[in-house]
Amino acid sequence: MNERKKKEKKIVSDEKVLQVNNLQVSFRTYGGEVEAVRGVNFDLYKGETLAIVGESGCGKSVTSNAIMGLIPQPPGIIKNGHILFKGKDLTKLTKGELRKIQGVDISMIFQDPMTALNPTLTIGEQLTEGLRTHKKIGKQEAKKRAIDMLKLVGIPNPEERLKQFPHQFSGGMRQRIVIAIALICDPELLIADEPTTALDVTIQAQILELFEEIQRKKKISIILITHDLGVVAKIADRIAVMYAGKIVEIGNKREIFYTPEHPYTRGLLNSVPRLDLEDEELQPIEGTPPDLFSPPKGCPFTARCDYAMEVCDHVYPFTNKLSEAHRVDCWLQDERAKVIKNSDRVG
Amino acid sequence: MAKYIIKRFFMMIATILIIATLTFALMHTIPGSPFDDERTSNPTIQANLEKFYKLDEPMHIQYLYYLKSIVTFDFGPSIKKPNESVNELLARGFPISFELGMVTILVALLSGVTLGTFAALRHNGIIDYTAMTFAVVGISVPNFVLATLLIQQIAVNLEWLPPATWSSPLHMILPTLALATGPTAIIARLTRSSMLEVLTQDYIKMARAKGLSPVRIVVRHALRNALMPVVTIMGTMLAGILTGTFVIERIFAIPGMGKYFVESINNRDYPVIMGSTVFYSAFLVFMLFLVDIVYGFLDPRIKLHRKEGDA
Repeated sequence: MNERKKKEKKIVSDEKVLQVNNLQVSFRTYGGEVEAVRGVNFDLYKGETLAIVGESGCGKSVTSNAIMGLIPQPPGIIKNGHILFKGKDLTKLTKGELRKIQGVDISMIFQDPMTALNPTLTIGEQLTEGLRTHKKIGKQEAKKRAIDMLKLVGIPNPEERLKQFPHQFSGGMRQRIVIAIALICDPELLIADEPTTALDVTIQAQILELFEEIQRKKKISIILITHDLGVVAKIADRIAVMYAGKIVEIGNKREIFYTPEHPYTRGLLNSVPRLDLEDEELQPIEGTPPDLFSPPKGCPFTARCDYAMEVCDHVYPFTNKLSEAHRVDCWLQDERAKVIKNSDRVG
Repeated sequence: MAKYIIKRFFMMIATILIIATLTFALMHTIPGSPFDDERTSNPTIQANLEKFYKLDEPMHIQYLYYLKSIVTFDFGPSIKKPNESVNELLARGFPISFELGMVTILVALLSGVTLGTFAALRHNGIIDYTAMTFAVVGISVPNFVLATLLIQQIAVNLEWLPPATWSSPLHMILPTLALATGPTAIIARLTRSSMLEVLTQDYIKMARAKGLSPVRIVVRHALRNALMPVVTIMGTMLAGILTGTFVIERIFAIPGMGKYFVESINNRDYPVIMGSTVFYSAFLVFMLFLVDIVYGFLDPRIKLHRKEGDA
């Protein structure tokens, strides 16, 4: 782990903030049990940004909600696994103990800033209530802190703005406020669930820059949930590719973008529209993800995989360690598999 | 704000005028006159009486007199009880009706909102099913049926509470219960469904992610938003409770406005009809105005007035 090379200027230490081990989350519904997350493993280091990518319904949001302690139980159940945050297992905590961590040590940014703020409360109250609940500080001090936060996220006239309601702000401004709320208690871990999906492109860039700036200043770790590979390319250090409730490939940004090993990762990268290849047609991944009511025994990508072999149908592949950071779950890595020329790699 | 209130004030006056005119027209369309019973059968006496009450004048002159009495708020003496003026009747009866109505609304709001909230929080649990069964029964059973049942069982058979009149807080329980059950049920159902919707909102999830206490999440974040539909129906519900008091007052022999109001229509007691209708409509219109103010206060997005520079 010490050899992890960072080209970025920011400092990623080798201190593990979060360890997720074999996390399994299911939801009981009338139609049966949906296995949304089926054994997810990853570590998160202090000061790094881990992007979790994958198509809709692959378990990205469920994973992040599980870390945040926001899985409604019932119908959700954390069937197995541990979420170790600084040595504490979050899955074992009571609701009261969890509340002392939520919003203080771990906080979350939601996808849609238009609905994430309560329309009937002032920005000031929504900013300070977490602070006042957890840190037991006075109204004036909380207000001062709120003004500082609004300044940090780049909202002009913070004193005036505190008294206003969400409908008096634009979408980009609201997302900045949501970020300010998430950061006001100085968390060590920030989970951003598609933080830029609902914003237009120019605002997206601003928000991403804000993320980078805040990470440099506060040295927090970020888990970024997204399906936008452009966003990932911009701010992620490491990338985890999720498919059907499992992380099928994880590695440094360069490793995932330049030497993807899992056919699904390659498919994802190939399906991104590119300006430099003008006549190239988009290459979608044919088919749809498997039904998680009864997930396949073998590799869940088999049905859509161009390189599928007999074994893929029956046995889930082992995790192959390709480098210190790069891991992939694929039978093609087995030496008995035919050697694939990486002709269709994206470079 | 002041601008809005002034505008609303004139609209309220216009509404009351329309109601008053309709009342006048309807009142004189009903056949019969206040002097139809046998004691005043002498035509001379009847003519004199009509002259005294200005009922011999042409309709449009009577209408002008009527308008004058509304503006001055002096409806003169009752025809049936000549020793009492309409104003005296109102002063005696209205406070009692008002008390019954207000206690009913308070009870209905408090219990309805509480019931609805708990039903939503324990969605599809025992509390939810019990509350909603109660709500369906409460909405379906008319208040006069419930009133007679309550008198029969609780007052007569069990002798727990007095069956009628309005002399102590104990006397208030049964009529309030009879009158409040329907509105409670409606409010409970409404609160439940809107609470269920609000609880799935992102801002509730965000409040949870802040690590706030469940009480704060429900009371501060959810309830205020969930109450909007309840406030919306408060206006029409007020009208329902007001007219409901008339029926309930009769059943429980409560000396409120209801008794005079119903009797005055049967007797064609024109001054009393006019006085009480205009007074009640003014009261109701004012309450609707209050509801609108509360609405704007609960949800900052609803603007009562347009301010310079606002988007």
